[in-house]
Order: sequence, then structure tokens, then C-alpha cells
Amino acid sequence: MKPPKFDYIRVENSEEALDLLSEYGDDAKIIAGGQSLMPMLNMRLVRPQVLIDITNAQDLYGITQTGDAIEIGATTTQADLGNWKGLALNLPLLATAIPSIGHFQTRNRGTVCGSLCHADPSSELPTCLMLLDGEVELKNKKSTRKVKADDFLIGVLTTAKHADELAVKAVYPAAQDGANYAFTEFHHRHGDFAVVGIAGMALNDKIKIAVGGVADRPEVREWQSLADDDIDDALNDFAWELKGNDDIHATAKYRRELVRHLGRKLINNLMSQKNHELPQ
Amino acid sequence: MTDFAIPVEQDDEEKYVGRRMLRVEDSALLKGQGQFVDDTPVKKNTLQAAFLRSPHAHAEIISINYEKAMELPGVFAVITGEDMARETDPLIVGFENPIDYYGLAVDKVRHVGDPVAVVAASNRYVAEDALDLIEVEYNVLPATIDPVKAGLPDAPLIHPKADSNCVSKRHFVHGNPQEAFNNADNTTKIKVRYPRNSITPMETYAIVAEYVESTKGFDVLSNFQGPFSVHTVMALALRIRTAALRHRSPENSGGSFGSKLVIFPHIVVLCVLARKAKRPIKWIEDRLEHLSAASVAPNRVTEVEAAYTDDGMVTGLRLTHWDDHGAYLRAPMPAPIYRMHGVSTNGYTIRNLEVTNHIMITNKCPTGAVRGFGGPQLYFGVERIMQKIATELGIDPLELMRRNLITADQFPYKAIAGALLDSGDYHKTIDETIDEGGLSDLLKCRDDARKQGRMYGIGYASCVEPSQSNMGYISTLKTGKERERAGPKDGAVASVTVSVDALGSVNVVGDSVPQGQGHRTALAQIVADQLGIDPENVVVALDTDTAKDGWSIAAGNYSCRFSPASASAADLAAEKVRLKMARIAATMLNVSAEEIEFSDNKIFARGNIENSVPFYRVGGIAHWSPGSLPDGMDPAIRETAMWSAPELTPTTANDEINTSLAYGFGFDFCGVEVDPNTGVVKIDKYVSAHDCGTILNPGLAEGQIRGSWCAAYGATFLEEFKYDDDGTFRSGTFAEYTVPTATELPDFTIVHPTPNPSPYTRLGAKGIAEGNQYSTPACVGNAVADAIGYEDIELPLNPSKVLNWIKNSETRPSKETQEFMSFDTQDKPAIFGSGEFEIKATPTKVWELLLNPSKLADMVPGCESLDIVDENKFSGIAMLGAGPVKGRFIASIELRDLEKPSKAKIIGSAEGPLGSSRGSGSFELTETPSGTSLKYCYEVALSGTIAAVGGRLLRGAARQLINIFLRSLARQAGDMGRVDPIIKVLWFKLKRMVGLN
Repeated sequence: MKPPKFDYIRVENSEEALDLLSEYGDDAKIIAGGQSLMPMLNMRLVRPQVLIDITNAQDLYGITQTGDAIEIGATTTQADLGNWKGLALNLPLLATAIPSIGHFQTRNRGTVCGSLCHADPSSELPTCLMLLDGEVELKNKKSTRKVKADDFLIGVLTTAKHADELAVKAVYPAAQDGANYAFTEFHHRHGDFAVVGIAGMALNDKIKIAVGGVADRPEVREWQSLADDDIDDALNDFAWELKGNDDIHATAKYRRELVRHLGRKLINNLMSQKNHELPQ
Repeated sequence: MTDFAIPVEQDDEEKYVGRRMLRVEDSALLKGQGQFVDDTPVKKNTLQAAFLRSPHAHAEIISINYEKAMELPGVFAVITGEDMARETDPLIVGFENPIDYYGLAVDKVRHVGDPVAVVAASNRYVAEDALDLIEVEYNVLPATIDPVKAGLPDAPLIHPKADSNCVSKRHFVHGNPQEAFNNADNTTKIKVRYPRNSITPMETYAIVAEYVESTKGFDVLSNFQGPFSVHTVMALALRIRTAALRHRSPENSGGSFGSKLVIFPHIVVLCVLARKAKRPIKWIEDRLEHLSAASVAPNRVTEVEAAYTDDGMVTGLRLTHWDDHGAYLRAPMPAPIYRMHGVSTNGYTIRNLEVTNHIMITNKCPTGAVRGFGGPQLYFGVERIMQKIATELGIDPLELMRRNLITADQFPYKAIAGALLDSGDYHKTIDETIDEGGLSDLLKCRDDARKQGRMYGIGYASCVEPSQSNMGYISTLKTGKERERAGPKDGAVASVTVSVDALGSVNVVGDSVPQGQGHRTALAQIVADQLGIDPENVVVALDTDTAKDGWSIAAGNYSCRFSPASASAADLAAEKVRLKMARIAATMLNVSAEEIEFSDNKIFARGNIENSVPFYRVGGIAHWSPGSLPDGMDPAIRETAMWSAPELTPTTANDEINTSLAYGFGFDFCGVEVDPNTGVVKIDKYVSAHDCGTILNPGLAEGQIRGSWCAAYGATFLEEFKYDDDGTFRSGTFAEYTVPTATELPDFTIVHPTPNPSPYTRLGAKGIAEGNQYSTPACVGNAVADAIGYEDIELPLNPSKVLNWIKNSETRPSKETQEFMSFDTQDKPAIFGSGEFEIKATPTKVWELLLNPSKLADMVPGCESLDIVDENKFSGIAMLGAGPVKGRFIASIELRDLEKPSKAKIIGSAEGPLGSSRGSGSFELTETPSGTSLKYCYEVALSGTIAAVGGRLLRGAARQLINIFLRSLARQAGDMGRVDPIIKVLWFKLKRMVGLN
């Protein structure tokens, strides 16, 4: 478990990183927290020529509130976000989801953008980004573009980010007035990859959930004016449509069971909060 | 035993044995100053080794070419199985068998992770780079992984020299089981499958091996744990004098739980490599290697049958075991099943027993010792059937247990298969446990829960806990005639040396090879008691050196050997020192040696404390003035005890064997609740009691109970090494092989029952380290069966599995479609799928595209080249993977059964550093009004690292690749085709990503 040879370059700002990405493209790999990349390097599953370490790039660090959204810089760790004072007020969904991301030790290193770029189908941050219809800001040497979560997350470990692009920030829309949010997850041990993770929101007569850990990426379903009697059937259909797989941790059937059961509990939770005002 | 009486008037509180003393080991460990193999300085020319391992479960090795690896700067030597077969003899086991095992694969690989070659290089990075450059050509063979199916005539034969994958079958009859079953009021049976697990130590295998020219032998430093009988196995394989194999172990070992017994084949391999490289070689096993190929407990299938009377007395027991030992047998395998043979009837008075042992070879990691050593597999079946009998009779399972357990007045009790159960009061232990543990409250809890419709159950388990294995028990596997030929094997020798130096400091050396248990602390307590000194004055060194230490073949740390054996040897060695010092002191104090007492660091005349001499003075005289010693006495003070016990007798002609010296008793009960929606089993309360006779140090004992509980919790709920039916290994990292952490572990209640000391060990102590391995899986299994009314409980209790036991119907989707039918995929290879896809072109056009290599090359994602090698045969290179996880695969593809232009079968394989895959598929083209319908299906088996660590993501990754291919096909055929809207959106993204537009 030793990586093959690579060049290691620690950049001081995003500009240097973009220069290197434009030079090396697919042969380069960005490292920030390294919580997924380091094991993959050591197991020789990933063999970049150049490893570009952005942890010193100050211009990529920080959490900014802009209008209706929270922007999270590329080197901002999951723990930074979890400890951010405005979290419960602005991103109540993430406030409940973050404790399920790995362990506090991994959250101290792992970054928000890193988790999104890694695109593990069971990860919490992509699931939440899908639910909230957030974006990832991608930048190359020439231009910047914002890509919606639905377009960014393509499949297993696969995103729309081009080889010369750097994910400079994640953009999570702030909580909407009158909306309720909830997150739930099933794992065998705390900190494991979720067998099923569900993020949900309710606003007026709309219920929306995003399910991670089942399909090849988190998938979203939205229902308008769903009658209480129809919730179970709607969840059941969604569970089947996700086409989950068997693996050593759980069967496909069990994943459907969890989507139905946890989904129902989550929706009940959302409905019961419904009349509550968001904290001011 | 002694030539004068040891004073026993001492108040027990003055003794150190029995006291909860802090561990002398801990300060260094907590400060990071422990001395492990990897901390030990090595010679500056030492090289690092890395193993090339098989990605296949079963394959012939056609060729191995390591020329390119040797050209890499920094690489000094490479050896393969051929070198081993030439330079060593096969590693023997305890019985004649047709398996030639050399530590490196010869001719064939037989499990994923089987070592094929080993490289010696200047550092581990270069060594691993070199592995990438070794080319191995395999011919993949079908694999067999189920211990029962492996014995069927059509199973692939793993060792060609053997007639069958069942390499040993023995049938044992004790008492008259046939009659017991014929005359029984009732009979019942149950089939249990005990999973394949291990206990994974923090420190993995670590070896430094060097060739020694002066002896033509080897010097090895490793964390090998014993038994040192295996030292002989290594020396024989290396064709050297045993004394020329010098093995040293450092002061600390980072846990083992049995796994570091079977490190020895790697030692032999590294010795050969060191001789070839002419330099010392160091190897630290990494976690991928450890989980895939180090050592596991055998999984086992057991059919248990019982005959019992209407009043619940069990009169006969029949056990048919299929013990799954994986690809090779490594000494002392197949020991676990035989170590428990004498106690096949657990603590019950069952007098008729029939046992059939099948020792099975399968395409899985070979087995070794794991804490519990055959006990969990046995007792799970026995305790489950006891519960079943109680259910059938409608009586309380605890009452049934009591009726059948050996009573206090029956000890020592000779069990029907030969175990001489030394001491115990099982009924009293149970009474104390249920009383102190609060069983009555728990029963009320269950009643209340059930009234509310909750799934709540209570389970019980009892277990006899053997300690200090008889070195002769493995011979039970041989027939009486074979045993006669081989000569007697019995006993179990432990060695401790106690020295007193010129200033009265006491040094203790022993052969117990600790792995973190606190042996140094306990030995200091024992020696301090004998010599009447402070334990602080005793320094214990348990690092070992076979060239200098006293040791015998039973040396090592296994089978709860410390408390009965090492403790006895220490007590005996210290007694010898005491006797010698008493004689010296007697001359100084002008009294007879019989009147000498030791206490408070003084040696004095009994009844006259003023007539005393300091302990150190007597030590000093023995060194400074040999002339002052009594006539005939040797100078200095250094006494070695070699201790064994006469009760450890050889296997009798009737196959009865006293497998161990001392037998403790454990009793557990628990309450569990099963969540009907998620299948999660939650322990509500767990109570555990262990009578291990004299407790040397309650802190150490409690540490063992808690440690065993944690490991047993893992075995019960979480841990299993998973293989696909084709032998693909699935549990490559700690994300797949899930061990419990502090977060998952519930607390539990330890009850300390009245101890029943062993009459056969010097201090009355018995082992205690393995108790919960025996009791917990069965106790929780019984509780779950009680909660859900389901018999076929199989561990570990994965919620997905448990939910299936309680709820097997499922609501179908509102719109039933064909594609939902084929999801449930158990027993399928790693990757499979099928689908239907519409293309706006004629079948003839599609057919032409599919058979045109240059067009195909454009369509296959990541394809770098594709050439025709023969009619309908292609070879090519493609970068395949998901996201950043990509590898260059060399692929060969063959089309068969062509029916132009409608259907064909595809067979292919691909090899690359990420793994190795083989697959097959077919497609069918049907003309439709709008063009062509392409129906396809595929099955791909993927082995190697990616399969072991990426199982969760493989199917999705494959689907992505196939989708890219199909869309390219449609595009090439001139149209996008009609697709499911979700796939359509994805398709646009995929195309953009891979730059197809």
C-alpha cells in the first residue's frame, strides 16, 4: 500500500492551481483533505502524475453568505462548515447531516468540495446539494461556470468537472422561509458509508426528498399535494425506480425497505414540523 | 514436589497474586515507547519486501516473467514458487496429506491474495513498483468456496495430488450413540453455519530475516506468537538444523488474537529471499494483505442432532462438521476442531456422542488460530440445539440447561470424548449470575415488551472454557494405528527462568510471548509472592531468543496457556530459587532451611523476625562468595522451570483425548429487541460470568473479558470475510470488513462468580481470555431466535439478513415492468446487467458496426487500440474505470455462435493493475418498425484489489461504461435511439464529459 511515483506541488493560490491544471489536465489530481484520495493513491487505484495540494491556497478558503446562498470555498473542511455559526439558521439540513459524515477526525480534514467532487453515491454532502438544488462553481484558466448539482453529479465517482477545472466553491441555497428540512441515514456503524441516506424538505404543499446510497448518484423526487394515504405508495415506487444493488452490506431489497421506512419517518418528521417557524 | 513445606500462614491480602495491580507494561505503551518489530533498528543494508498476490481464486500459473522488475533500479532479488519448491521442502502439518505447501504458489494459485512472487528492493515503494512489472499469465479455473459443496464429485479439485477437497475425514463414536438415538423419546436436528471471521490486530505481521553464513542458517526477528513446535516446521522446510534457525521476538506485539501463529510460512519465504538477495529483508504486512491473506478462523457447517427424553435429558448428540480451511493447511491446522473434541458435549452430561469431521479445502484464505479456536463454531451449534429442545418440550431453556449440566459433586468429570473437567460448580455459577445480573427483571421486561407487540427475546448460553492445550490433541485426527507409528504426543511444557543478581534484583525470563495481555505484571506478582519481595524488585523480560532462552515446543501464547502454564512455571522456578536461598540463609542464620521464611524483602527464621538477613544479601553471597555456600551448591542463583502436567495424556485407542489441562466455565444471558422495520438487533442487557479458578490479577482478567466481549460482539453482529461464489474476495479494507468500535459496543454486566480453582495448576488458575468468543454468539443467537421465532439463525446479524427472516413479502411497484424483475442479485458475479435499447438503423447496419474493429474502437469508452487477431477474435487496450479510478486493461474478446445479423455471444477477459476480469454476454438484434431493438445481457467477474475494496460501486461503474458504449453505438448507427428520459439526460452529460460531442 504505497503509491507509485508522482510529483507533489503545493500551491499558494488558486491561480497557480489553475495553471498546473491547464498544463497537466487529466494527469493531475487536486488534493485538499485527502480523505478519499490518499487511500486510493496508496492502493494504486488512482495514479496521477502530479498531485496539486491546494490546502495553502487562502483564496479558496471560507464560508460566505451571498444573497440566498452559502458559498463554501474549496479548502473549507466539513468541520469548518459544521462549526460555522450561521449553519443552523441558514442550512438546517446540513446541520443535521454533517454529524453523519465519517468521523470528526475525517471531518477535520475532509473538505466540502472534495466530497462533492469525489461523488460517492452514498455521501451526505452531494445528497444535500441535490435536494437543495445547489451548484458547484468550476473554474479553469479562462472561464468560470456554475453547474447545478443535477448536472454536476453524473454517476459513480463521476462529475461534470473537466480535467482542467477546479471546483472553487460549493453553493448551497439557504433555507427558504416556511420550509422544513430533515436528514436521516442508515449505516451499520457510525461513520460508515450510508446504506441509505435521505435528505428531505417540505414547503407549502410540496415534499421533496433526495436519496443517497442506492442509485449511482443521489436521486431526487418531488411531490405536490401528496395525500397522506398516498405517501407509502409514492415512496415504494421511488424505491423501485432507484434500482439499487446488492452488495456485501445490504441487499437491493433491504435498500428499498429503508427508502420506504426511513422515507416515511422522514416525511412524518417534516410534516410534524410544518407549522413551526424557522428560528430567527 | 518440595523438600519442605512452603509456609501458607500468610494472610491472603499480603499476597500480590489476586490483587488488582497496575500493569508494568502500560507506561511505555501509553507514551509511545513500546518496542515492536518495526521499532527495532535493522542493519543499514536491509531491504524491504513486497508480495505479488493472486487476483484469482483459482488459476494455473502458465508463466511468470520478472525480467522487467529486475531491471528496475533498487530491485535486488525476486523469488517465485519455483525457487521455493527447489530450495525448500513443503511445510508439514500434523498428519500426512497430499498438499504441498511452500508459502509461495507453485503451479497454481488457490485463493485471492495467494502470494505468487516476492520482491526485495531498496524500499517498499520501489518493491511495489516492481510488482507492477511482473507479468504473470494465468489460466483461470472454476473455484469452490462452500465447504459442503467443495466435497461433491463435480467440485473443482484444488490440490491435484489429493483425491478430494476433503483432505481428512474422521468418524468418532463415544458411548453408544446409535442406541441412544434408537431408544430416544425424541430426536431433533438443526443445521448451523458459522461464518468466516478473524480478530484483526492493530499491528500486522512483521518480519526481518537474514541469512547467517557462519551457521548456514537464519536469524529472524518477527512477531510470531508460537507455538514453537512450528519452529521445527520452519527449520525442516528450510533444510537446516533447528538450532541454526534463530528466532527472536521483540518485547511488544500489537495484539494477535491467534493470527500471528501462521506468520511462519512468510518467515520461510523471506529467509529464502534473504539468502538470494544476500541482505537482511524486512517486511511489514499491510492491511490489504492482512485482510485478504493472513489468517482467519475456519467457517464451519455443522449438522447437530440430539436425542432427548420427555423430561429434557439429552441422551445423545451427533455432530457432523464441515470445517472450511481455505486453500492450504498450515500447521497446526486443522487444530481448532480437534482442540475442542474432548469437550464436544460442552458442560453437559451427555454420554453418547458421534462426531464426524470433514476437513475441507476451498478457494479462500487459509486458516489459522483465532481467539476461541474452534469453540465458537462448536458451541453455537450445541447451545442452539439445547434451546431448540427446550422450545420443543415447552420448558424454560435455562431449566433444560440446568438439568443437563454436570453437577458440582461430579468433578473431576471425565467427559465422554475424553476431557477431564477439573473443577467447577456450574449450577452455583448460574445461580449467582442470574441473581446478581437481574434475570427476573429482564424476564419482566420481555413480558412487558411482548404485551406491546414488540419483538423481544432472551437468550442463554453456557460454555466450558478450555485452557492450556495438550500438545497431543491434534493426533486425535490420526487413526489409532497411525498414532502408534508416530509415537506418543502429550503434555505442554512451559518455561520460566528466575535469577537473583548480586544486588538482589530479580530477573524473570519466560516463553509466554505476550501480545498485550500484561504477562509481565502477573509474573512479577507470582515471583514476588514466592520470594517475599516487592514486585517492583522483579524485572520480567518476555522478548524471546530461541538461541538463548529456555523453551520447548509448546512455548508461545495461545489457547489460554498463560494462567495455567506460564504462571505454574513461574511459581515453580521461583520456588526453586526460594529453596536455594533458604539453604543459603539457613547457614547464615544458624537455623535449618525448613525454618526459613521470606517476607518484606527479608529472609528470617520462623518465629524470630530479629534473626533475619536482607534478601539482597543472600543474593550477593551466591555471586560474590561461592566458597561460603553450602557444600555441593552451585554458585549464583538462576533456576529454570520446565513445567507440564501429568493430566495431559495422549489420545487413547478409543480416540478419547483430554484436550486441555484446565476448564473454566462461562454463563451468559441477555435480552435483545429486534426492530421489525429495519431488522436491527439491539442488545438491551447482557450479563456475563466466568469462573476461571484463581484470578491472578482481577484487572487483567477483566481486561480479557472485555476484550473477548468486543471481539465476540464483532463476530455476532458485524464481521465476516465475504466471497462471491466464484471466489472473488470482497472484504479488502476496514470499510468492508467491519469491526466494532467503541461507538457500537454496548456496555455489559460482568458477574464474578465464586471461583473453583483448578487442582491441576500450581496456583489454581485457568484461562479466561476466550470466554465470550464461546458464549456470546450463541447467547445472542438464542435471544434472537426467542424474539422472532426463527430457527435458522446465521451470524453475523446483518440487519438486511435479519429483516428477511421476519418479513419476506414486499410491496411491488405500482407500475410493474420487466426491468424490476432482475434486481435481486444474490449469487451473481460482481457485475451483471441486461437491457433493451432501440437504434434507428437496420439490424444489418448495427451488425456491421459491432463487428468492425475500427468502428468498435470509437465506441468502446477509453479504447486506445483494437485489433483483429483471428476470425471473430479481437484484442485491445482500453482505459476503463469510474472517475479518477482508472486503469489500462489489456482485453481479449471473442464472438461466438454468430447468427448474422441477429445474435451473437461475447466472451472476453481483461487484465490490468486494478484487477482482472472475465465476462460473457450476448446480444440480439430484432428488426422493429423504427429500426432495431438491441437486447443485451452481460456478466462480468472482476477480481483483485478493485473487487476487494470497491464492491459497493462496481455495478454502477459498469453500467456507466455500458451506457456510454450503447449511446456511441446509436450515434454511429445514425440516431440517438429512443431512451428512458432519465438515461437521456445522463447520456448528454456523459457525452460531454468524455468529449464525444
